[in-house]
Amino acid sequence: MIDPNGEGFLQGRVWKLDHDISTDVLSPGAYAIAPVEVRKLHVLESVIPAFASEVEPGDVIVAGRNFGCGSSRETAPENLKALGVACVCAESFARLFMRNAIAVGLPVLVCVGVHQAFDDGDGIAIELSTGRVRSVDDSIDLQGESLPEEMRDILAAGGILALLRTRRDTG
Amino acid sequence: MTMAERLLAKAAGRDQVTAGEFVVAEIDLAMLHDIFAAQVFDMLDEVGVDHVDEPDRVVVVVDHLVPAPTAEAAALHQRVRAHVERLGIGTFYDAGEGICHQLLPERGHVRPGMLIVGTDSHTTTYGAFGAGGTGIGTSDMVYALATGTLWFRVPQTVRFELVGDLMPGVSWKDVILHLAGRFGADAAQYKSMEFGGPAVAHADMSSRLTVANMAVEMGAKFGLFAADEVTDAYLIEHGGQGCEPFGPDPDAHYEAFHDVSLSDLAPQVALPHEVDRVVPISTVEGLAINQAFLGSCTNGRIEDLQAAAEVLEGQHVAPGVRLLVAPASRSVLKEATKSGALATLIEAGATILPSGCGPCFGGHGGLLGPGERCIGTHNRNFIGRMGDAEAEIFLASPATVAASAIAGAIADPREARSD
Repeated sequence: MIDPNGEGFLQGRVWKLDHDISTDVLSPGAYAIAPVEVRKLHVLESVIPAFASEVEPGDVIVAGRNFGCGSSRETAPENLKALGVACVCAESFARLFMRNAIAVGLPVLVCVGVHQAFDDGDGIAIELSTGRVRSVDDSIDLQGESLPEEMRDILAAGGILALLRTRRDTG
Repeated sequence: MTMAERLLAKAAGRDQVTAGEFVVAEIDLAMLHDIFAAQVFDMLDEVGVDHVDEPDRVVVVVDHLVPAPTAEAAALHQRVRAHVERLGIGTFYDAGEGICHQLLPERGHVRPGMLIVGTDSHTTTYGAFGAGGTGIGTSDMVYALATGTLWFRVPQTVRFELVGDLMPGVSWKDVILHLAGRFGADAAQYKSMEFGGPAVAHADMSSRLTVANMAVEMGAKFGLFAADEVTDAYLIEHGGQGCEPFGPDPDAHYEAFHDVSLSDLAPQVALPHEVDRVVPISTVEGLAINQAFLGSCTNGRIEDLQAAAEVLEGQHVAPGVRLLVAPASRSVLKEATKSGALATLIEAGATILPSGCGPCFGGHGGLLGPGERCIGTHNRNFIGRMGDAEAEIFLASPATVAASAIAGAIADPREARSD
């Protein structure tokens, strides 16, 4: 993973999703207590049945407003991370999804305009530390909201539990 | 300071905090339910923590998989019980006691000004008491249990000033559906909502719990009511000490301020598959349904069962329609037995479900097949939420759900009443 506090763009292929993608869609309730190997196979199946089988490590999700709305399911960002999704870039996130994504170490970025600017299969480049979002051919250059330092530190540690371990080891 | 600022300042041991800043706050109460509890306690083990910072500030509730629908769920519950025992968790409500967001208020765990985290998005429910309740994930919960603290960004606040009396047949469920429809599912994203104004003074705790519960459907971190005489009376009635008033400072700064009149409000319905696709009932009246669901942490209280029973009194559910009723707790079931509401519901053809979350989160017990339509009192109608992805979920008040069950189609409870 690119250092969320450092320079450098992560690059990936875009999967474009709509507004209000809920955690019911990202982590269906029927598999609530299944292991992540099972859960990840059902990510987005009610809207893009082929997603779990066709997504590749390094791919980026570009979404509309209110991504990850609904139930508190940390399994939602965890499933995406398990499938290798490198980053979710959206017009806005539901609070709980954003908090959970940071907690499990899945990079997220708010970028107004991204939903209209990118289509399925486009190449996207994202610099987490600055919040810049570009197309690989540089024809698109957007300024997202870089995460506050406190949240980037958790991401850099690899999630809040990794941070807890570090603090316990050093403190 | 707003209510959110006041309670976070207190939890952070500060005189003053301002929206936008990060604080490390002390957690007054942590709630875990059966879906996540075992996992959280396992994770605690994995990070090498063999105890909980403040076990008396932790409540564990078995409510989502109740009674255990599968052998895996039963095994999960065994793990939960073993962890609860091992860690000396302060309060444990095992399967059958009720839904977490019903039990914590009902058993006196929630008090004004507290900061409460739960592994459930509807933890905002506790805002009905002026408590900062908010959902967190499992990793954050592990951190909170291990350290007794958690980071928060102090949220901006959107204030809703509510005026006017509700018409008969219209409830506070209709109010929160209306607000979601009018302002949108992301209107309070990352923010705190405060509900105030003259209309709120008349709202009982049951109504406030419904509204605060669904604040999260507008994206909110907290959904807060000031603590007043109504709160005080509820706390005393439920065996606790009364409370002092707790509200915003007079000079509190709000990001937005909305005046909303409730006097003309008709019963509201949220259409599939978004909570903010809300219309007045006249728009969807007559749409045939297969299932009607009365229950959940939003509307499974005694007041909700009573409201439905009033509509169903002497009536019967339409042929081909399943009316499912899940009282939110054992106490609610007992009260409904005493009041006669339960008998009315059963005579009208209702199936009584266990006190739990099963159908609402799409877990078990009352799921939908392809093309089926359900109208329910719960809080979410997302695609696939209650079973098949081709099923449709409509959200409404207990009275509307009851009237619809009788009609076999979405129906206006005000008309059912005048029959």
